[in-house]
Amino acid sequence: MSNMEKERSELLTEESEQINWTKKHLLDIDDFSKAEFDLVLKTASAMKEILSRPIKKVPALRGKTIATLFYEPSTRTRGSFELAAKNLSADVINLTPASSSIVKGESLIDTLHTLQAMGVNAVVIRHSMAGAPYLAAKHARASIINAGDGWHAHPTQALLDMYTVYEQKKRLKDLKVVILGDSRHSRVARSNILGFTGVGAKVTLCGPLTLLPPSINYKYHPYPGIEIEPDIQKALNGADVVMVLRLQKERQHSGLMPDIREYKNHYQLNRQRFALAKPDAMLMHPGPVNENVEIEPELIRCPASVIDRQVANGIAVRMALLYLVIGGKNDEI
Amino acid sequence: MTTKIVLTSEDIRRTLGRMSHEIIEHNRDLANLVMVGMRTRGVPIAHRLAENIKRYEGTAIPVGVLDFSLYRDDLASRNIQPVVKSTSIPVSIDGKVVILVDDVLYTGRSARSAMDALIDMGRPSSIKLAVMIDRGHRELPIRADYVGKNIPSSRNEDVRVQLIETDGVDEVSIYNPGGAQGE
Amino acid sequence: MMKSKLILKDGLIIDPARSIEVRGDVVIEGGKIIDSGPGAAASHSENADVVELNGMIITPGFIDMHCHLREPGFEDKETIKTGSLAAAAGGFTTICAMPNTQPPADSASTLSFIAQTSTRDSLVRVLPIGCVTAGRAGRELAPMIELAGAGAVGFSDDGSPVGDAWIMLRALEYSKPLGLPIINHCEDLSLVANGQMNEGKISTLLGIPGNPSISEEVMIARDTILAEYTGAWVHIAHISTAGGVEIVRQAKRRGVRVTAEATPHHLCLTEYAVMDYDSMARVNPPLRTQADIEALIEGLNDGTIDIIATDHAPHTADDKAQEFGLALPGISGFETALAVLLSLVHAGKIKMADLLYKMSAGPAAMLSSTGLKLGTLEKRAVADIAIIDPDHEWTVDSSVFLSKGKNSPFHGTRLKGKVKATIAGGKFVFNEIGKN
Repeated sequence: MSNMEKERSELLTEESEQINWTKKHLLDIDDFSKAEFDLVLKTASAMKEILSRPIKKVPALRGKTIATLFYEPSTRTRGSFELAAKNLSADVINLTPASSSIVKGESLIDTLHTLQAMGVNAVVIRHSMAGAPYLAAKHARASIINAGDGWHAHPTQALLDMYTVYEQKKRLKDLKVVILGDSRHSRVARSNILGFTGVGAKVTLCGPLTLLPPSINYKYHPYPGIEIEPDIQKALNGADVVMVLRLQKERQHSGLMPDIREYKNHYQLNRQRFALAKPDAMLMHPGPVNENVEIEPELIRCPASVIDRQVANGIAVRMALLYLVIGGKNDEI
Repeated sequence: MTTKIVLTSEDIRRTLGRMSHEIIEHNRDLANLVMVGMRTRGVPIAHRLAENIKRYEGTAIPVGVLDFSLYRDDLASRNIQPVVKSTSIPVSIDGKVVILVDDVLYTGRSARSAMDALIDMGRPSSIKLAVMIDRGHRELPIRADYVGKNIPSSRNEDVRVQLIETDGVDEVSIYNPGGAQGE
Repeated sequence: MMKSKLILKDGLIIDPARSIEVRGDVVIEGGKIIDSGPGAAASHSENADVVELNGMIITPGFIDMHCHLREPGFEDKETIKTGSLAAAAGGFTTICAMPNTQPPADSASTLSFIAQTSTRDSLVRVLPIGCVTAGRAGRELAPMIELAGAGAVGFSDDGSPVGDAWIMLRALEYSKPLGLPIINHCEDLSLVANGQMNEGKISTLLGIPGNPSISEEVMIARDTILAEYTGAWVHIAHISTAGGVEIVRQAKRRGVRVTAEATPHHLCLTEYAVMDYDSMARVNPPLRTQADIEALIEGLNDGTIDIIATDHAPHTADDKAQEFGLALPGISGFETALAVLLSLVHAGKIKMADLLYKMSAGPAAMLSSTGLKLGTLEKRAVADIAIIDPDHEWTVDSSVFLSKGKNSPFHGTRLKGKVKATIAGGKFVFNEIGKN
């Protein structure tokens, strides 16, 4: 009895409505219902238990093949997907098209036709161009999973971030989530804005205005309900979650900011500033960290930091998503 | 379409009591037992068996919850994908006698999946199967060690177990949809 | 035996150059219009082919000041032949070819190649536009006097702006005695940066780098100031922003010699067409917002925007079947232009005659250097005519375009109104009368 009650309290949605997964592709989370977020988080929680076992492998995706197709270098996300797939007993092939082939030669569509001929069930795509996974989904019979496209979206990162917060705070609604840094060029920021606001959290973007999504500064505001606060002290005040974004070092020559020194002085997360957040605030970073640029090194492994847990949870969340997307009835491939 | 009640709440209480006694009788070292309920309705039954044993013998037997969805052999053919829930077994099962508990034993495929899952989690000294209802029609060479009641049924019937914890009432019934469509 | 006269009988004659809108006939002989008006057919009935129009619109053939025929150099996208077929199907009888070919049209020899090819291959009149700068490189002036002598009707580096203000100033000064416009593609590339669609709500949501409206406005402001300073003629290509329209309006008020064009797609589509990363809706300048559309329409109606031009920009399937950021910008526009624009007429936003004016008499006024009597149905005018059924409903199927470029964001769109026939120099170059 008590177990059942506990399960209900874990639900994100008001009603414990049982829904079935209906999405063939995972392109973005912009159209996720609360119940879908709920299903992903619950499934991830089940997957996390598997990761605690001595044998971290279940047969759910036996006989299925997953291809990772990364047009941009990424060790973490690809490794995380690969491990997730293997934990579910899927076979994995990794393709790394030479970066020049984006510009010339074998097109994304050609590559998908090749993968199709190989009979893969899902293609995990990372691409420097926004929307590339949408193009892929139009041309592929396999399920397409977006592992990051341009500045657009990184849905699995947002879901693992949400799961990590949820795991600790046991709720997401009404939490103050501060996204600090270069959100203009950040798919992680865009997806987290959609994810956290989608479940009722309050999101604040903080950074120099030149590094926030451009339309936010001027006449158009695409994200109802989010707060823009260029003053880091005001932004961090009372935060439940502080998510620090990586600052690409090349930004300092782009005209969008003066230099790293100025950035550190005004926007680096240091201990003094982090103290403005709530005492139980969580510190997150999608990685890889630019030490002593966007964050003071001492904070990276401080007790409030869940950066390593984000990595572990990433595997569980990606297992959940792979299971949901291709774990069911076999499509004609 | 017809519904026939085969076990009332009093029948269920008595049946589980008898099963608890059988478990006690066959397992001298109660401290070495772990009760693992198979989701969904195996879980409350496992708790009730453990409570009975505690009451009769004073020994608290750990109860775990097992979700075997990821081990099913029909994932790629089911129309509705099972929702995966968490598995939680509070103690190591290495060297333990695991009593695997389910509500109904039918084809045996769930029990097979559950045993695969258990073996991935450790090396129990033995696994025993306890079911409240055995309705026949096995498709795998599996039999239960503890059976509450044998209910011969036809394949197009549906044996429906309802428990207070999950359904608000204790009752087992046979439901005949009057056609060929089973569950 | 071929009859000597062609009679278009019982149509609705709309000749916006003369503000005429009357039910009647048009009589053509020797490639010219010899008579028109109510009952005009009666006195010409002998030795005449008669086409019954039952009230369809008879209007001057359309003149497009801005299209890309791709020949020489990019014949896989379009040739003068296929481009002219598509133009004829769209009701166009005079089309001005932009010089971003390979080689660019920055010499008399390239212009003469275009002229010869057009004479051989084209069903409609092709008038070349020459480059402003050598090789469209933006650094040195093209030989504009030579180009004008070879038939250029204007100068443009279209596809690229004339980015350097000093070069633009010199180009205006140099071309001023020729009486031909410098047609500038107004986008300040430093503000465009890597922008691929309108900067705004949608670009932020899609994560596509944005091209802000100010990139256009800044350069339109610059060019009107330079035109004012030199007294030369600047023509603003494909204006897309409300701010740009207002800058042109103010400049005209000050008496600056500035003209402007808008395209059917900028008048009828917004940035929402890019949702779902549809590369068919990728175009430069980008599709903007509903507020911009309203400002463009206001500009058309108050005379700020002088003409409508298609910016017909055909591409191959491969050019478009790519990631949005890699897909080439451009829309194949000849064959949908009128029907798309008629949606504005049907919605009551612009009058039929005004729309037709912006597609015929308006651009004809910019082509006075040719000495041709274009864009009117008056007596002795060239018999360039479009016949329109404004109520014909059809669904755009880009796969049957006569243009090689099937790149259309209107594919699958249901439109009302269609060009049924086109007459160029007195001959049918396109005819679907009687076909559904």
